Order: sequence, then C-alpha cells, then structure tokens
Amino acid sequence: MDSGELIAVFASILLQAAPLMIAVVGETLTERAGVINLSLDGTMLLTAMTGFIAAYETGNVWIGFLAAMVAGAFFALIVAFGTIKLKQNQVAIGLVLTVLGDDLSSFLGQNYTRLPGPSLGRFSVPLLSDIPVIGPLLFNQNVVFYIAVGLTIIVWWFLGKTQPGLKLRSVGERPEAAFARGVNVNLIRYAYTMIGGALVGFAGASYSLAIKIGWSEGHTRGLGWIALAIVIFGGWAPIRGAFGAILFGATKTLATVLQREYPEVSVVAFNAIPWVLMIGVLLLVGSEWVENMILKLPKSFQRPVRKLLRVSPPMALGEDFVKK
Amino acid sequence: MIDTLKKAWILVPVISSLLFIVLLLVIFGADPVEAFASLWSGAFGTQDKFLSTTAFWVPLLLASIGLLITFAAGLWNIGVEGQIVMGAIAASGVALNVSASRPVMLILEVLAAMAAGAVWAMISGVLKTRGKVNEIFSGLALTNLAIILTNYLISGPWQPPEGGTFRGTQPFVEEALFPLFANSRFSPLSLLLAGIALAIVAYVLKNTFWGLKLKALGKNPYSAFLLGVSSEKETVLAMAFGGALAGLGGGVRVLSWFDSLRQSISGGIGYLALLVVMLAAYRVFLVPFIAYFFSSVLTGSISLQLKTQLHSSLGGILTGVMVLLVLLFGDRSRIFAKKEQKDNG
Repeated sequence: MDSGELIAVFASILLQAAPLMIAVVGETLTERAGVINLSLDGTMLLTAMTGFIAAYETGNVWIGFLAAMVAGAFFALIVAFGTIKLKQNQVAIGLVLTVLGDDLSSFLGQNYTRLPGPSLGRFSVPLLSDIPVIGPLLFNQNVVFYIAVGLTIIVWWFLGKTQPGLKLRSVGERPEAAFARGVNVNLIRYAYTMIGGALVGFAGASYSLAIKIGWSEGHTRGLGWIALAIVIFGGWAPIRGAFGAILFGATKTLATVLQREYPEVSVVAFNAIPWVLMIGVLLLVGSEWVENMILKLPKSFQRPVRKLLRVSPPMALGEDFVKK
Repeated sequence: MIDTLKKAWILVPVISSLLFIVLLLVIFGADPVEAFASLWSGAFGTQDKFLSTTAFWVPLLLASIGLLITFAAGLWNIGVEGQIVMGAIAASGVALNVSASRPVMLILEVLAAMAAGAVWAMISGVLKTRGKVNEIFSGLALTNLAIILTNYLISGPWQPPEGGTFRGTQPFVEEALFPLFANSRFSPLSLLLAGIALAIVAYVLKNTFWGLKLKALGKNPYSAFLLGVSSEKETVLAMAFGGALAGLGGGVRVLSWFDSLRQSISGGIGYLALLVVMLAAYRVFLVPFIAYFFSSVLTGSISLQLKTQLHSSLGGILTGVMVLLVLLFGDRSRIFAKKEQKDNG
C-alpha cells in the first residue's frame, strides 16, 4: 500500500465517522441535560428515510436534512414528554421508539427503496486542499465531514465555555441546585432533548444523502446503538466522543482492507469487529478489571491513566426532577 | 359507573393505535376495512393460518416468560434476541451432528438450546456485575455477534453439501424435529414446554424466596443489598434463567417453525417479546394473551403484504404504537392526577 492509498484509507475512515460524530454530539447534549434518548437506532432509520424522501421529492438535499431534523426532534419530543411530563421510564420509551422507528421507516419508505436521488458532494477547500497529506485528508472531504467537525467544536465550546452551556450541565448534574438558582430544569431538558434529536436526525439523513446514498430497508440499522455506546466511551464530552466515532468509523474501513488482504477469512468474521469493540471500549471505561490493572501501576501514573481511560456519567442522568 | 369507566380508560390508547393504523392505510390508498379483514383472515382465516399463528406464538411466549424473570430483577435484557439465536444454533448443532432415536435427540436438542441461551445471557450478566457494562449494550452486541455466527455457520462449516447459499443449512432428519400437528408448523410438544415454563415462572415469582429476592433487587438494589441479597449472584442467575427460556424458543424455531438453521432465524421475536412484557406491565397472566394477539397481528400482516402489496412492517407498527401509547397514556391517574387533586382540594 503506497502513501496515496493510505491517505485515501484514512480519508474514508473520517468520512465514515462523520455522521457518527454528529449523532454523538446530539446525544451528548441530551444526556448532559440528564435525559437518555435511547431511541437513536430507530430515530436514525426514520430520519434516513425521511431525509431521502424529502430530498427526492423536492430535489433539494437541504430540505431533506431539514425534514430529517424535524422528524428526529419529534421522536425526541416523545421521549421528553413521556419522561418529564408523564414520569415514565426513559429506557422503556426509548426502546419502544427504537423498534417503532425501524418498522415505520420500512413501511413509509417502501415505495422509495433503491432509487437514485440527490446527494451531498465533496467540497475542496481552496488552497488548504493543496497541502500535502493534510489537504486530501481534511480539506477535500464531503460537506458532511466539515459539518461534523464544526458541530463538535461548537458544542465543545458551548458546553465548556459559555453561560448557557454551564446551565445545561448544571441541569444534568445537580438539578435541585440549578432549580434553586432559578433555572427552569424541565424546560432546559425539553429543549436539549429536542436539539439532540434534531442532530441525530441530521446524522441519519447524512447516511442516505451523503455516505450510503439512497434508501433501503434497515439502511442504518445498528449505527444508533454504536453512537449511544460512543457517547459513554466519550465520557459525555464532544471531542473525546469524536475520537470514539473515528475509532468506530475505522472498523468499517478496516474490515474492507482486511477482507482484501485475507480473502480466505470469511466475510462475516469482519462484521464482528464493531460489536467486539463496543464491549471492549465499555469495559475499558467502566470495569473493575481495568481498575485493578490501574492500581498495579506506579503511584504517579495512576491518576493520569485513570483520567485518560475512565469516565463517569452526569450525576442526574436518567433521573426525574421533581420540584419539592 | 364512574369506576367502570375509569377501568375502561385503557381502551383509549388501544383504540387510538388502531386509528393511527387506519390513518396510515388511508394515506397509502388502502381500504382500511378490507385491510383489517385480510389481516384477520391472514391470522385465523383457515385452520392452516390459525396453526401458523399458534406456531409463531410459542417461541414468542417462551422468550416473554423468560423476560418476566429478568424484568423482575430490574434487568433490561435486550439481548434476548441473541439468546434465541444461540438456542437455535445449539439445537441445530445437535440436530446436524448427533444421530439417535427421536426422544434422545429432542432431549439433547432442548438441553443444548437452553444451555446456549443461558450462557449467552450470563455473559451479559457478568459483564454488568464485573465489567460495569450496561446489559442493554452488551445484549445488543452479543445479539449481533450471534447473528454473525449464524451467517458464518450457514455459509461455512454447516453449509449444505451442494454449497453455501447464505440461506440455511440442509433440512434436519425427521428424528431431529419436533412432532408436528397435521402438517402445520405447530408442535403441541413445544406448547406443553411453554405451559410448564409459564407455570414455573408464575410460581417462582409469587411463592418462592428466590422470586422475592429478585423482586427486591428489581425494586431497590440498595435495600436488597442491605438485606443480604447478592446482586451479582441473583443478576447472573436471573439472566441465565431468562436466557434458557429464550434459547428454548430458538430451539423451537429451528425444530418446528423451520426444519433447518436459517439466516434470520429469530427475525425480531426477541424485540417483540420485550414489547409483550412491557404491554403486560410485567403481569404474568396477561403475557400469553398479549403474545397471542401480537403473533396474530404479525402473521396476519404477512398475508396482508401478499394480498395488498402493503409492507408487512404494518403489523410491527401496530404493536409498537399500541405499546407506546399504553406506556404513555395507559395510566389514567398519572395524566389526570394534578387536575383531580385540584378538584378534590
């Protein structure tokens, strides 16, 4: 493999990671506000279908993305309404929506399968794309990639450096304290659940409009769950989440490359990689086995290694807020 | 009178979900009356259809009964789909590699299916207690791995002699299959097993100390810990119990619904079972009825697709919307609580 091919491989890894980055950023916002929207897999299928049909019928990809964001926000609204207003179990609602989104996408999209439709293309950034290595890798990418990177940086800045971002985090960490300081906890939870859902919708549509162009049944099945696992692996932080997305984006490309190198190994074996990785990264950030290994390290290494590997969720994640 | 009306409230979300389906049918230009009629005749129209619905019901029922145990312990056993698949794989392994008389074959297959489902579920349990990996994620990953294993087996080591087609293994010998009722896919023996399982689970949950421990764990893990309930032991045992029944369901799929290991051997029965138990609100006696209703909807929607070209996922939408609306709006007191408090006070 020469350097040109290697750059192409890495560029395709980044492209595969882009929609995952967007979904991860969306769900991170939701979960940092204390709400788990577990419906991602169903939402992404529904929005991939919605986005494709809207773009196909209007001939405009951006209308497709917009429709997908509305659909994603709508599913998120059901989660928010059911859990905040009706105090129902977040996991139960999320799971039912996962199954329902899958079936709805199959049914509503039944007349639009395997059709050629509009798609979002590549964009070369003038001058920057001429830089060797970095140019083709980062600046000659699909538009979705730039949006993913932009969103990740914006959300990182928003969560960490702004007043509304602080408010959002306070709602997910200590809702009682936030409430005492005059923050409308439930309104903020509604807002970020829906914003998060809209971003997941954008991610769903970026599959059908940019990465795996078109619609077919089960188009993005499984990717929503992977995005949910990346949010945990990312420690509910956007930049770390983006690296997680790239890691999982790499498994798809890795499978293709390995398949070419080792044709004698069954195709199906390579499909197992992301799922093994999913369990692996969750063990890495949470298990007592890893903790025991960290304790065996020299004292001075323990803290930085723990900080690098381990994560802890927002303290009020998944908990109802009841005014006392 | 008012109390009866309050009890009948549950019909509001149920009927709303039917209206939602009517709306979808109208949008897609289908005649709702005709569609519901062919849904009905697809599920119960002939003796064959009725037996088909019943045959589909048995594995769904088995998986749902197993979930009653894991739900009681407060576990989200999403990996039940994978446990069904592993059960199917293990039963197929015995069917393809052992030759013995029919009773011996069937006992070995059933035991293998239950063991494989239990092991797959216990992995999730241990990953939860030791690895702090939420059972939802490990269950999903293990489900996908089980499906990948199926595809590997039917395209590789277990491919039919005429070559792998990715469709399935060769049909098992007669001795390896459950005795079937009147050339249908329904095996009365499998229903008997499901009935025994239901009785055991109902008894365990209601009358045994273990059942009490599970419920304590599910309701409040911290107080259960203070009472000396080992959350690790009960978690892993509950997963094994649920997984064994799901695995048996997988065995029933290959040994009576099909006659070989197929690519989509479960085809979502596990996820459907989760919906069944959620709609039953974890009440044991409701589970068989809801499971039967769901299997008639799904069986009927397959005939509907053949007749009207409407995608069979319509059945899944009906069950999904129904569970969603009942979860959201089924508990009347939650919706009107505030208003009534105000009225009374």
